[in-house]
Amino acid sequence: MTLNAAITGVGMSDIGRKTNRPAILHLAEAARRALDSAGLTKDDIDGISTYPGKADNSPGMSPLGTGEVRNALGLKTRWHSAVPDGPSQMAPIQVAAMAVATGQARHVLCFRALTESSSQTATRRASIPGAGRARLGGWYSYLVPANAMSASNWAGWMATRYFHEYGMTREHLGLVATGQRAFAQHNPAAVMRTPLTMEDYLGARMISSPLGLFDCDVPIDGACVVIVSAADAAKDCAQAPLTIEAMGAALGSQETWDQRADLTTMGAHDACADLWTRTDLKPADVDVLALYDGFSIFVPYWLEAFGFCGHGEAKDFIAEGNIGPGGRFPVNTGGGQLSGGRLHGFGLLHEACTQLWGQGGGRQVADARVAACGMGGGFIAGSMLIRRD
Amino acid sequence: MRPLPELTPENTVFWTGGAEGRLMIAFCTDCAHAIHPPQLVCPKCWSEAVEFKAVPGTGTVYTCTVNHQPWMPDMPVPFALAVVDLDGAPGVRVTAEVVNADPDSVAIGQTMKVGFLNIDDVWFPRWEPAQ
Ligand SMILES: [Zn+2]
Repeated sequence: MTLNAAITGVGMSDIGRKTNRPAILHLAEAARRALDSAGLTKDDIDGISTYPGKADNSPGMSPLGTGEVRNALGLKTRWHSAVPDGPSQMAPIQVAAMAVATGQARHVLCFRALTESSSQTATRRASIPGAGRARLGGWYSYLVPANAMSASNWAGWMATRYFHEYGMTREHLGLVATGQRAFAQHNPAAVMRTPLTMEDYLGARMISSPLGLFDCDVPIDGACVVIVSAADAAKDCAQAPLTIEAMGAALGSQETWDQRADLTTMGAHDACADLWTRTDLKPADVDVLALYDGFSIFVPYWLEAFGFCGHGEAKDFIAEGNIGPGGRFPVNTGGGQLSGGRLHGFGLLHEACTQLWGQGGGRQVADARVAACGMGGGFIAGSMLIRRD
Repeated sequence: MRPLPELTPENTVFWTGGAEGRLMIAFCTDCAHAIHPPQLVCPKCWSEAVEFKAVPGTGTVYTCTVNHQPWMPDMPVPFALAVVDLDGAPGVRVTAEVVNADPDSVAIGQTMKVGFLNIDDVWFPRWEPAQ
């Protein structure tokens, strides 16, 4: 059940650490590259969409809202949206697809900008929710005051339980980290490109057991833009439209990280179950995978959620070489967030599109036509299949 | 200094029960559903007859992690964080800061008991091995 919506252009700024570059300059660079990729001009853009909108609750997490970007880039839009509570970091892509499919706009500029690297200091760590606030509300308030402050703690809980039930070991997650680094060596835009061995991986310091340093993605400064166009408008663009085949957004358990009855699954499982009811494609039709890797443990969860392997089977699926370079189901071929930097899923989608357009250079997957994208970890998730016809 | 929870009509009894040494959990008096985090309306039957009851203050480790990274400058590491299935409140789990135990000794299936740390107007439940 194809949507009348397609991705027509992608652009990423030069990703860096401690760039001290204003977010809007990263954004403008990404937008310029995305317009070039689509063969559009700024006056063709009539919609704008982002996640989560301007936010100050975590340093550098979201320095730009739709209004600032419209003003700075001189955009005149007939539709705009910022989605803090939606199907993960994929929400702006999904709502843009619905907007163009219902005629609200023709070409929507979807963006994500982060300056977490420049913004963090010893006393203001990136991605610590509520940092610096006197009192916390919402679901954070049951975790953070108990010193469970970081998503690495929450993901560590998932990994401990998963290891316990299914016999996964750190070496399996090491294959995720080293495999993605091997891809990154062929991606000039990745921030971490030096070779990473299993020995390096296992020897790195622990962050929150069983997750160590190389199980965690890298805070960066940068921006990424994805242009979502109406199907008829997409035909006029420079590249083959990447049709949005199906999407999923289900949220089956409570909005928090510790209450899901089975923590060897996550929101991804709900979002993917819905997705496959909306398409005739099957996992075997997928050529390239973009799976959220804020922590390495999310990759096996997403593999199982999408049904590339059965529940509890991801460790063998990974050990058999399916997801790394040369594998049947290559995951995060640009290096992912573990090696490419934390662009909150947008970087992974950028890479999937790059592959479908055959522009992956030394990491190109032969004749990639269908990509499976899953964004989010813990309770939030959004899933999407995109295809080049 | 750890951030404190904002006290609300939903959660005040949970965060202050420790003043009397009691772990207080919300229950629906109509359908007996145990509700955590606490709500003013039962998520199962939408009854507003939600009342707090003391539970035994014991439970079993569902999962755990040992945090090694100081997320704040004055944070002593390492320490263990568990998710504990509560006795007396079916389906309820709590995030559990573990004290009085070697962090690496905390394991799935271990039985734990609660104690409380008072800061300002909040009594944090903290957990230690039951034996
Ligand atoms: Zn009820």
